[in-house]
Amino acid sequence: MTLTYTKKVLDLLRNPKNMGQIIKPDGVAVVGNRVCGDVMKLYLRIGRRRRAIDGKEEEYVKNIKFQTLGCPAAIATSSILTEIAKGKTLTRALKISNREIVEELDGLPRTKLHCSVLAAEALKKAIRNYQGNEK
Amino acid sequence: MKVYLDNAATTPVDPEVLAVMMPFFKEKFGNPSSVHYQGQEAKIALDRARVEVADFFRVEPEEIIFTSGATESVNLAHKGLIETFQKSRVPACQAEKPHIVTTSIEHKAVLETCRHLEKLGWAEVTYLPVDRFGLVRAEAVERAIKPNTVLISVMYVNNEVGTIQPIKKIGDFVKKINLSRPASGAPRIFFHTDATQAIQYLNCDVSELGIDLLSLTGHKFYAPKGVGLLLVKSGISLVRQQDGGGQDHGRRAGTENVAFIAGLAEALKQRAAGKEQEAKRVKELRDRLAEGILKKISGVVLTGHPEKRAPHIASFTIRGVEGEAVLMYLADEGIAASSGSACAAGDLNPSHVLLAMGVKPELAHGSLRFSLGKKTTIREIDYVLSVLPEIVVKLRKMAPK
Repeated sequence: MTLTYTKKVLDLLRNPKNMGQIIKPDGVAVVGNRVCGDVMKLYLRIGRRRRAIDGKEEEYVKNIKFQTLGCPAAIATSSILTEIAKGKTLTRALKISNREIVEELDGLPRTKLHCSVLAAEALKKAIRNYQGNEK
Repeated sequence: MKVYLDNAATTPVDPEVLAVMMPFFKEKFGNPSSVHYQGQEAKIALDRARVEVADFFRVEPEEIIFTSGATESVNLAHKGLIETFQKSRVPACQAEKPHIVTTSIEHKAVLETCRHLEKLGWAEVTYLPVDRFGLVRAEAVERAIKPNTVLISVMYVNNEVGTIQPIKKIGDFVKKINLSRPASGAPRIFFHTDATQAIQYLNCDVSELGIDLLSLTGHKFYAPKGVGLLLVKSGISLVRQQDGGGQDHGRRAGTENVAFIAGLAEALKQRAAGKEQEAKRVKELRDRLAEGILKKISGVVLTGHPEKRAPHIASFTIRGVEGEAVLMYLADEGIAASSGSACAAGDLNPSHVLLAMGVKPELAHGSLRFSLGKKTTIREIDYVLSVLPEIVVKLRKMAPK
């Protein structure tokens, strides 16, 4: 927990990574709502690759983009989430916790922790949206 | 370029004000209650400050109580007054609770004090709604009056949107009603206003306006933080809320903050000189800013009343952005402003003022306030107009469609 925004949060606010959308995404999710303040939208492109260790096929986050309407913390958590998730297998990506997001940002002010919860939830929802589409 | 446009939040201490204050920290350090030379020197300074402040409002020096700021003044006024009635209530008779009329857009100092009195069971409170311009109708205040009404508390200028409330109208009918009340056995009604945002630019002749109690804090007009006052017209008895010594005629215990009080008096004197000219200058700059923003950015609405507004406040809602994010981008460009968004306030809900005005929460999250001051220049205004549109474009680009 921090009292103010860390340098990392401010850097991401100024230069967010993976901001934008994916046309015809494999998975998509919207969390939050305008009445509460923040809205995050995530777009996923899922890829398949063979594991080096046993040659087994696995699904992974090939590309991920976000659009966020919200405060600096909401923008920074969305941005860092996309960086954490990119390249990870879906099994691993589903385990990304809000704590991991906060740590990657070198901390968040207490009143902003809910932004990290929202971001973690967005990714899970987008992956489930993909998995639902597959079935 | 550094541009400070958050003067409704606080202002720097004026160099002249600081110069007046300095001797009281070292050479003239005496306690005004002491009989020796140093004490009397401080007492003279305190008395002089009281006379100067009284002159500003055209009242008697004894009608001024110095406090730590507007919050303390409001607490003393409301709690002090209601406690007076509480003392005279006969529990066995179950006499009616005193009634307070206030508005839903008051500062938290008033709203929370009223809620506290409600919780204690010492008062019932009516929180009047406002229209979409943040204006309370004087007629609505009049209609809310009941036989047990003892206090009407309406702020002079709303700090978030700058709307000027109909203080003289309210003051006039309170005077009129009070003439007829003794006959019906109803208590006299007292009229309180929080005038913090009005002091610099508007008429503060309390007799003319019909004000009985007035609160203010100094740091919004170039006095230091931590000093303010409560003006109480003579004949009004308040139960003091801070017990201890007999300072301030027994109405506020504690050694007087001589240096800060001298500073407050000096700041008022400075503001009184050239008040109308300064109001005109600031208003022209504010209008340039507001017109520029409305012209250059789509989806922007000016919040507050289009005409009945204090000259120094320009407030908006901007569709499709969040206020705190705008503030951070503005800060990167050296510009200081404020927002009523939930995030900016570290609160769960956006500004209670905007919500009371009927602004939708999703728009209130995108609120932005610029408040001008005596150092604001046309160059600064044009600089803001040159950077704000790009910031809004950038943030809107980030948002989901």
